[in-house]
Amino acid sequence: MAAEPATKALGHEEMTAVIAEGHSFETVTDKISKISLTPTLPRQIILFGLIGLMLMGALMTSVAMLVVKGTGVWGINQPIGWGFAIINFVWWIGIGHAGTLISAILFLFRQEWRTSINRFAESMTIFAVMCAGLFPLLHVGRPWLAYWLFPYPNVMQMWPQFRSPLMWDVFAVSTYFSVSLLFWYTGLIPDLATLRDRAKSKLARIGYGMASMGWRGSARHWQRYEVAYLLLAGLSTPLVISVHSIVSLDFAVSVIPGWHTTIFPPYFVAGAIFSGFAMVLTLAIPVRHLFGLKDLITLNHLNNISKVMLATGLMVLYGYGMEVFFAWYSGNQYEGYMMFKNRMTGPYWWSYWALIFCNGVVPQLLWIKKIRITPLPLFVISIVINIGMWLERFVIVVTSLHRDFLPSSWGMYAPTKWDWGLYLGTIGMFMFLMTLFIKFLPIISQFEVRELLHKKKHANGHHE
Amino acid sequence: MMKTAESSRIYGLVAEFDSSEALLKAAEQVRDAGYTATDAFSPIPVHGLTDALGVRPSRLSSLVLMGGLTGACVGLGLQAWVSILAYPHIISGKPLFSWPSFFPVVFECTVLFAAGSAVFGMLIRNRLPQPYHPVFSTPHFEKATTDGFFLCIQANDPKYDGQETMAFLKGLRAIEVTEVERHPDDEDKS
Repeated sequence: MAAEPATKALGHEEMTAVIAEGHSFETVTDKISKISLTPTLPRQIILFGLIGLMLMGALMTSVAMLVVKGTGVWGINQPIGWGFAIINFVWWIGIGHAGTLISAILFLFRQEWRTSINRFAESMTIFAVMCAGLFPLLHVGRPWLAYWLFPYPNVMQMWPQFRSPLMWDVFAVSTYFSVSLLFWYTGLIPDLATLRDRAKSKLARIGYGMASMGWRGSARHWQRYEVAYLLLAGLSTPLVISVHSIVSLDFAVSVIPGWHTTIFPPYFVAGAIFSGFAMVLTLAIPVRHLFGLKDLITLNHLNNISKVMLATGLMVLYGYGMEVFFAWYSGNQYEGYMMFKNRMTGPYWWSYWALIFCNGVVPQLLWIKKIRITPLPLFVISIVINIGMWLERFVIVVTSLHRDFLPSSWGMYAPTKWDWGLYLGTIGMFMFLMTLFIKFLPIISQFEVRELLHKKKHANGHHE
Repeated sequence: MMKTAESSRIYGLVAEFDSSEALLKAAEQVRDAGYTATDAFSPIPVHGLTDALGVRPSRLSSLVLMGGLTGACVGLGLQAWVSILAYPHIISGKPLFSWPSFFPVVFECTVLFAAGSAVFGMLIRNRLPQPYHPVFSTPHFEKATTDGFFLCIQANDPKYDGQETMAFLKGLRAIEVTEVERHPDDEDKS
């Protein structure tokens, strides 16, 4: 294979390696487990966790306020009944999708570079889905009655309406959370056993020992484990596509101009992966720096993540283009009004053009190889994309709703401080959970990295 | 009499090897020598090791298939029963059994049940959780989750003979062979 000039300048090894040279089973295991077994954390991570904890205070206050006073404390009104709750729900659940994509789809495609980021991304999925779940739960207004969403025999003799996409959402999101949790935990079992065997303190040994369920690496166990893991990957792949498709159907099944579009399911799935990979970068770039993991999360990883972002970003841009095209080509006056007179030039024009800037223009920088392998600009781009994907949901929810078919039922939407408190609060919860994860669990899948090393040794040493 | 008391105290012999290749080779020789009650322990799944030990392929995938089909039936059955019998309402002019709109929930239930069967099936068939196991008392066994490779011949193997099996394992270029005892509380069993 001919090395490109840009690759040569950096050193071919550095660019193509999914793991740096000179590592053994012992060194990689030690390097990763040390992070969990050292009692201290880098100061920046502690600060990160503390900010998260503080924002969680805002979360608690906002939830308390909502429970006491009701959804009237939010900015929602007629005709904008969805507001921040649905914007943030879709934003968070989209972020979660990258974790499943990395752990399941890239596993099935035998993409070796997934190994050092999959654990991290899977944890991100779990925490993001937890944040996402809060919003519809609180949006029902009386969250203590949220169990009414589930089909169960009750004295009211009532059953849910299974023809509604909102009901599909209940099943999709709860299945997604359960399966992601199972997948994550299954992947953790051998690593928790490693921590059990390396821990010095008795408490840690007992804790990790219980959590690892007495895993001992038996050949019989590994055999079933590998089957289970492969099947979980195979099951998660259609699941992750179904979840965001169903989320998009919440919109697309309605007859609201701006929502009623067949492009929605694929365009939502691509957007979810786009925002999720951006969040992976936002988190992975500081972590690889702070914990000295640059030889496990290499520049090659950053390059690959950027390429996925570029590809999914283009799909999203195609989605925006198609929305405009449909509005024009359908000849429907409401669709045309929604797109050209309302979204692009109406009172919320700034959100539409900011969205195009964040998700359409900025990601084009990723065509440049130098940017794909330089952490700082990548970090900035990833933040811009996170904001862009949030704006996308704002545009979809708010601009489509705020001008109803009759001008008498037009309105404007502005979030209140409790909306912001809840949103920032979930970001805090995410940060805090991430800190706990970094502290207590192996942030890179140790046994898979060992397996990768083993495979590499075989490829170099023997010719099979 | 002494001999039975002695052998019930012993769980088996555990040999340590320095690489997966050495473990794989040793496992093949142990199988060829006719031992059946054997197991191996490694920090990574070693491909071919279960074949070398003579373990049958896992049947977990058929369990997962059954789990998935059960989930599909539960999902469809629930919606059909609710929509036709328990709570029949005409919604947007659709028939009571409007199966296309039931598809998403059927799919989600399929995946949920199949994934649950995969994970819980794996754990139950592996008899986990099992916080204590006699092999944990093998010296250096903590390396089995980092870079140690171990092979065990259990005392309940019909071919097992303390001295002879020990000599055989040592002949397989093991780093160390240890006789592992059962936990005192476990001695009466089996």
